[in-house]
Amino acid sequence: MTNVGVERLNPGLARMVTRRAFLEASLSVGGALLVGFHVPSADAAAKETGVFAPNAFIRIDRQGKITLIMPQVEMGQGVYTAVAMILAEELDAAFEQVVLEAAPPNDKLYGNPTFGLQVTGNSNSIRAFWMPLRKAAAGARAMLVEAASQIWKVNSAGIRTDSSMAIHDASGRRLAYAGLIDRAHGLAAPQNPILKDPKDFKLIGKPLKRLDTPDKVNGKVVYGIDVMPPGVKFATIAACPVFGGKVGHVDDSKAKNLPGVRQVVVLDDFVSVVGDHMWAAKQGLAGLDITWSEGSNAAISSADVWKQIRAASQQEGAVAKNVGDAAKGLSEGVLHEAVYELPFLAHAPMEPLNCTVHVTPTSCEVWVGIQVLSRAQAVAAKITGLPLDKVTVHNHLIGGGFGRRLEVDFVEKAVLIAKQVDGPVKVVWTREEDIQHDIYRPVYLDRLSASVSNGRIAGWKHRITGSAIIARWLPPAFQKGIDIDAIDSGADMPYDIANLRVEYVRDEPPAVPTGFWRGVGPNNNVFAIESFMDELAKKSNKDPVAFRRDLLGTAPRLKAALELAAEKAGWGSPLPARMGRGVAVQTAFGSFIATVAQAEVDEHGDVRVHRIVSAVDTGIVVNPDTVIAQLQGGLVYGLTAALYGNISIAKGRVQQSNFHDYRMLRINEMPQIEVHLIKSGEAPGGIGETGTTAAPPALGNALFAATGIRLRRLPIDRDVLSGRKPA
Amino acid sequence: MTNLKINGVSRSVDVPADMPLLWVLRDVLGLTGTKFGCGIAQCGACTVHMDGDAVRSCVLPVGSIGERQITTIEGVGTTPAGASVQKAWLDVEVVQCGYCQSGQIMSASALLRTTPHPNDADIDAAMAGNICRCGTYARIREAIKTAAQAFQGRSQ
Repeated sequence: MTNVGVERLNPGLARMVTRRAFLEASLSVGGALLVGFHVPSADAAAKETGVFAPNAFIRIDRQGKITLIMPQVEMGQGVYTAVAMILAEELDAAFEQVVLEAAPPNDKLYGNPTFGLQVTGNSNSIRAFWMPLRKAAAGARAMLVEAASQIWKVNSAGIRTDSSMAIHDASGRRLAYAGLIDRAHGLAAPQNPILKDPKDFKLIGKPLKRLDTPDKVNGKVVYGIDVMPPGVKFATIAACPVFGGKVGHVDDSKAKNLPGVRQVVVLDDFVSVVGDHMWAAKQGLAGLDITWSEGSNAAISSADVWKQIRAASQQEGAVAKNVGDAAKGLSEGVLHEAVYELPFLAHAPMEPLNCTVHVTPTSCEVWVGIQVLSRAQAVAAKITGLPLDKVTVHNHLIGGGFGRRLEVDFVEKAVLIAKQVDGPVKVVWTREEDIQHDIYRPVYLDRLSASVSNGRIAGWKHRITGSAIIARWLPPAFQKGIDIDAIDSGADMPYDIANLRVEYVRDEPPAVPTGFWRGVGPNNNVFAIESFMDELAKKSNKDPVAFRRDLLGTAPRLKAALELAAEKAGWGSPLPARMGRGVAVQTAFGSFIATVAQAEVDEHGDVRVHRIVSAVDTGIVVNPDTVIAQLQGGLVYGLTAALYGNISIAKGRVQQSNFHDYRMLRINEMPQIEVHLIKSGEAPGGIGETGTTAAPPALGNALFAATGIRLRRLPIDRDVLSGRKPA
Repeated sequence: MTNLKINGVSRSVDVPADMPLLWVLRDVLGLTGTKFGCGIAQCGACTVHMDGDAVRSCVLPVGSIGERQITTIEGVGTTPAGASVQKAWLDVEVVQCGYCQSGQIMSASALLRTTPHPNDADIDAAMAGNICRCGTYARIREAIKTAAQAFQGRSQ
């Protein structure tokens, strides 16, 4: 099954990446992107230093230290451990001894094969790097074996490797990799090294302990916010509260005399105070008298946003998929229509946005945790006017990304401030600034029509309306009016329907900037489709699981997941009054997941989620414990959004400001979560975002089962659930 | 000058009395293990111990501390409860991004000090002030129970 996940989105991406010399992209018959990832050599420069660096991902020194260079950033998803496991597996390195190092900014050496640049996102690290990393490590291993064969003057076929050692069983000889590197220098890296048979995997598939966590329980880990270059000063910022507004006038006479305040920096659309510590910066900012020039967005409200998108959704959209004759199909059987609406959301990673920068006339040094490393370097170079090679970027472990750190706006602001500050400056956003100046998950409106005839869906029409994030973030991939992210898991929905039409209408909300948010496009599509499927099941007097199962004939992996989730959740067994179970299935990010939520609604409309069961087929699993953790966490992220998540706009500004009014799920509200992995030999799927898209529709369907009330907007409305307000 | 006892060491700092302890720890003393999350005692990322009790350092004026002992994530491993919690956090593999976990560990180890056998309600009460955006709550609960068993074994 290749026609899944980001790969199926890739006609646009393919056109873009073919322009890059280091990638050879082509489209397969199934529409999947096949990337010939050239593993670049880094050995030439390393030879004099006594280090064997057969490619950009592996360095072995004469002391036997094996350093693995991490092309993807670690933001909690466990990618460092998984990447290290893949490399160590094919290299036959002693896993407990490997040392990890973050890659520097360099698209050519470390670009994500799917995007052609350094991006950690779209749940695709393992999908994109699975084969390139295996080949890189297997190639390095082959060179070490060849070196041993030359030293021992034996046939390489008789040499095996284990625990960073070459072993010749026939003669009982063994040599550590450290002792082979001088001979391995200069050997040609094999073009197509032999990869291990998965049955011989020693590491992949085992729940190994994570490599990044020990320093996260003792305070030693240094996130971007923790860096302390000598002489660092501390700054915080205030942007115009109205989107698009500018700074009018700033009176700093009071602020600059406050203890610890060093400098007030006034820029076009934001103001910053620099001090001896964050407290001084915060006090200084509060002490400024700022007059904003609010501009043309100062009257925008949520009502305007919804009015606009509802009107836009009435138009015909660009055709993302057209199979059979949807109009004809819709004319047969019982027609059902529904509209689903999703709100703006902030990311709110626990580590507030921050970036530390030191600008001198000839250099710029940046310390930051970011999902797009090379873009951070590029924006710093642009603002300082320095060439790229004078801009050093230190990438740090990230205290939560969720898509927020796919943007460089906070790097840009920090560099603008640093240009005016003598010495390094750490710019830290307050939580209020983080919530009110995010780049938000866009509002979406999904309009669905279907007709059901004898338990089959005779016709299906889905029109997705929302912001085209791709058009801004990756312009070459925005083709023919289709945002490949917005339609993801919609155009390729899993059900077997002969007559189907999926359209996309681009609608950019007034004033509010939009960006990727954990779960990305599938968030809107999975919620809308799975809520709608529940409505169709009800209309057809069918059980929601049975109704879906009958339509998953062409999606056997998803069908198996559905059956397992239903079994494990005790689907169909009796529940108390006001408690219900809801199911949702999804093919998203190359993984096949079914989820059953069990929730209870009290007479006030308050919701208690008791249990969530997910069955997951994500192909070959590198680290099962990490996959389970990602599902658990992703489900919580999605539940939080469904239960509470809402960013609303009034007078051109965001009304929420911190965790008191932008609520998060807390431990006392946690359901029991069970994740069941399905064994598979297929290529690895993506997992980081899957729980987030699964939870809202499963919950919504459970609430319907509990109350008979269908919620078509998120977050859930307790007034509607209690009957105080009509649905 | 304000005198503080942090992780058993006397420290003297020249800062305003109303400055929250969080920024003194992080920006003045370089003890960056304690995290800034919200600044209004809503998320618990900044949790430290004051005479063994969990407090939110982002709203604790440094001038109000006096002689009381402050323990941070850098020092909690020297307490029996703290060491048990840190070990359990790794055994259960609680951590994802890790940013909130300093605060989670401080809240959990303060809980175990006063309640060596916490039930689910005790855990809810002690931990509901700590937000984890990665959603590690289920494992936090499990790790607290694991730590409680080890802690019990150690104190017997």
